Amino acid sequence: MKRKWFGRMLVLLAVLCMALPVNMSFAAAEVEELHFLIPGGAGGGWDGTARGVGKALLDSGLLGQASFENMSGGGGGKALNHLISTAKRQQGTMLVNSTPIIIRSLTGVFPQSFRDLTPISSVIADYAALVVAKDSKYQTLDQILADFKKDPRSVKIAGGSVRGSMDHLVPAMIIKGAGGDPLKLVYIPYDAGGKAMAGLLSGDTQVLSTGFGEALGLANQDMVRILAVTSDERLSQAPDVPTVKESGIDVTFANWRGFFGAPGLPEAKAQAYRALLKKMYDTPEWVDIRNKRGWQDLYKPGAEFTAFLEDQEKAIGGMMRELGFIQ
Amino acid sequence: MWDGMINGMLTGISTTMIPTNIGMVLIGCFRGSLIGMLPGLGPITAVALMIPVTYGLEPTTGMVLLSGVDYGAIFGGSTSSILINAPGEAATVATALDGYPLARQGYPGKALAIAAYASFSGGTISVIMLMFFAPMLANVATSFQSADYFALMILGLTAVSAFAGRGGVLKALLMVVLGLMLATVGTDQTSGVQRFTFGSLELLDGIEFLLLAMATFALTEALSIVLKRDESSDSLKPKMIGFKSLKVTKKEFKKIAPTIGRSSLLGFFVGVLPGAGATLGSFMAYGMERNLASPEDREKFGKGSLLGLAAPEAGNNAASSGSFVPLLCLGIPGSGTTAVMLGALIAYGIEPGPRMFIESPEVFWGVIMSMYLGNVFLLILNLPLIPYFARLLAIPRNLMVPMILFFSLMGVYLITFNDFDILMMVFFCLAAMALRLMNYPMAPLLLGFILGGLMEDNLRRALMIYDESISFMWERPLTLGINLATLFILFFPILRSFIASKRRNSVRFD
Repeated sequence: MKRKWFGRMLVLLAVLCMALPVNMSFAAAEVEELHFLIPGGAGGGWDGTARGVGKALLDSGLLGQASFENMSGGGGGKALNHLISTAKRQQGTMLVNSTPIIIRSLTGVFPQSFRDLTPISSVIADYAALVVAKDSKYQTLDQILADFKKDPRSVKIAGGSVRGSMDHLVPAMIIKGAGGDPLKLVYIPYDAGGKAMAGLLSGDTQVLSTGFGEALGLANQDMVRILAVTSDERLSQAPDVPTVKESGIDVTFANWRGFFGAPGLPEAKAQAYRALLKKMYDTPEWVDIRNKRGWQDLYKPGAEFTAFLEDQEKAIGGMMRELGFIQ
Repeated sequence: MWDGMINGMLTGISTTMIPTNIGMVLIGCFRGSLIGMLPGLGPITAVALMIPVTYGLEPTTGMVLLSGVDYGAIFGGSTSSILINAPGEAATVATALDGYPLARQGYPGKALAIAAYASFSGGTISVIMLMFFAPMLANVATSFQSADYFALMILGLTAVSAFAGRGGVLKALLMVVLGLMLATVGTDQTSGVQRFTFGSLELLDGIEFLLLAMATFALTEALSIVLKRDESSDSLKPKMIGFKSLKVTKKEFKKIAPTIGRSSLLGFFVGVLPGAGATLGSFMAYGMERNLASPEDREKFGKGSLLGLAAPEAGNNAASSGSFVPLLCLGIPGSGTTAVMLGALIAYGIEPGPRMFIESPEVFWGVIMSMYLGNVFLLILNLPLIPYFARLLAIPRNLMVPMILFFSLMGVYLITFNDFDILMMVFFCLAAMALRLMNYPMAPLLLGFILGGLMEDNLRRALMIYDESISFMWERPLTLGINLATLFILFFPILRSFIASKRRNSVRFD
């Protein structure tokens, strides 16, 4: 008898658990409703950006309702395809994306490019960084480059993604900028940024090319040292870290994250979304999220965004051609 | 150092033992094990689903909830493996190897109970290890290089004979090769080239392990129930699966205790390594236990052995706690689930790493202490529910088969929302069905598949680092040690039979 009662209580508890509410806000909002399309799985970088932006917009009352949809597959191509083929009923949808959309359309992973979408705006940037273990013999970027010029095989650079990805292209650009031969660079790929970092700590590799945000936490804990970042100016989170430019190499690189609308999105709607994102930057909710995650603001709306993407496409395309990834 | 630890534990206890946090452990465990029970939905989905709920909570409370969901899902994942041969997630695939046959023989209650006890012990042993050795173990996590991982994968492959089943070793080896081949589909890491994708976008990211496991285990099982139509494959009689069959005798406990101990330790160490993970931990624990078992026990592996059920269950739970070492001590996520949790920690403004003990001891120790509590809760929550779960098997076959098919297909679809995955599952299911009818075992295929990708990546990395020389196989003591262990395992059976035959000969000549 008693056991039956216990069983029923458990079932009740189960039902209560399933019904845990997700908080919602009902204030008068700038935009009523937005649907965020995320081309990757839960927990990834795209996912974090879309949900972070969505949360800041909801909490600050700028947005009435938000829904999120994860659609992974084909390196993001699946979601891109979906947005384009169902464009007519996707007027309230924003697709989150980042630098890989350029790399992948250059290499022909998917036939579309950012030109097939309506650019809304870039939102944040993470700059690339070269990182070494705390007891590494390298103190500056120049020392690495000097060693590379003496014997390219003596400096191997690791990264958290495949050959031809951002983590590979950035050190290749730096080497080329310093007058070296990027084709001679030995790039060691890992299948995730965390594993590449573990490889650096285990002494598997000596130099790691990764995102500044990913390295900042461990650098603050004195486990690794960041030798250089690819931003225009030094970053406020790490004022002691020099930029690549300071070494006399004219390379800057921003891994942007931003949003796109469906093709043929009415200009009025696109403008409304751009205005919404612009307003978000001044809210305390956004400042809080941004600081916690180590993001840098990068607001380039509309035509400015397109021009920025075209520039980046040129730089990346040139490097990829040189490395033989594209004809 | 011990002073600090005791202080830390006290902090942990005092932060965990407030009603909110105890409630969170309870909710987390329960919700985790519920989600984990659904075929295909594992800890990573469960944790990702809970992230929005934790936004408004205190950091400790949120992390306690998330980690409860994590190990709750691993705990619950075994249920569907055992009852319907549909692994709840990758780490519980090995559980199905012996758990499902045991349930089929009329002991679903016992199988679930043993899985629960093994999970509990694995979880508890590893929490104790975490508590005392976490900072030291962080060094283990960062001492493994690509060369060592490659050696470890080779060591893992020696477990293949454990999965041979009815078809014999040759067929098992063929299936391993097939698994290795399937692992090459997708974008090649080292060159960035697409392999065997046939120009299709869908195959670019390779084949999902869980998809393959569901197609080869759950779907083919459902189909073969339809095909067989004999008494043995009919559903179990309800009276056989009452509360009584839950009982595990003292003798059985004694027998599985050493297995659980060894598997927990092995699973924990494999879990600590950022490049390995819980799935590997469970497979290696299974292989190790079969190698260590006496010849008559070894016969039972794959046919409902209690040892074969306890080993992977203890192993995967211990490994999932082990993966907290690199997360909390180094800020490095070793698995998909811990990557999601790292995101949550950072969102709370906490930087995991060596200084976390000092800067946020309440989070660090609170999580560890709550894990201890959570394991107890899981056991108490799950044991009384076992008879109800076991009764699922009393569902008539014509309802059961469509249900298995539905949940398996749905489970995979819910992870990616990709309809191509369903087509791929049907394709793999048909291919696996044909192979199964010819007595080719499926487990070696999965072992080859999971090790294949890791093995190739690590080998090629090691080759690049050592300038295309294979000297990495012996240059470092750690790599050499693992390789010697592999050789020992390979030649041990030959040595043993050699000694045995010599002894027999000497008896004959006396």
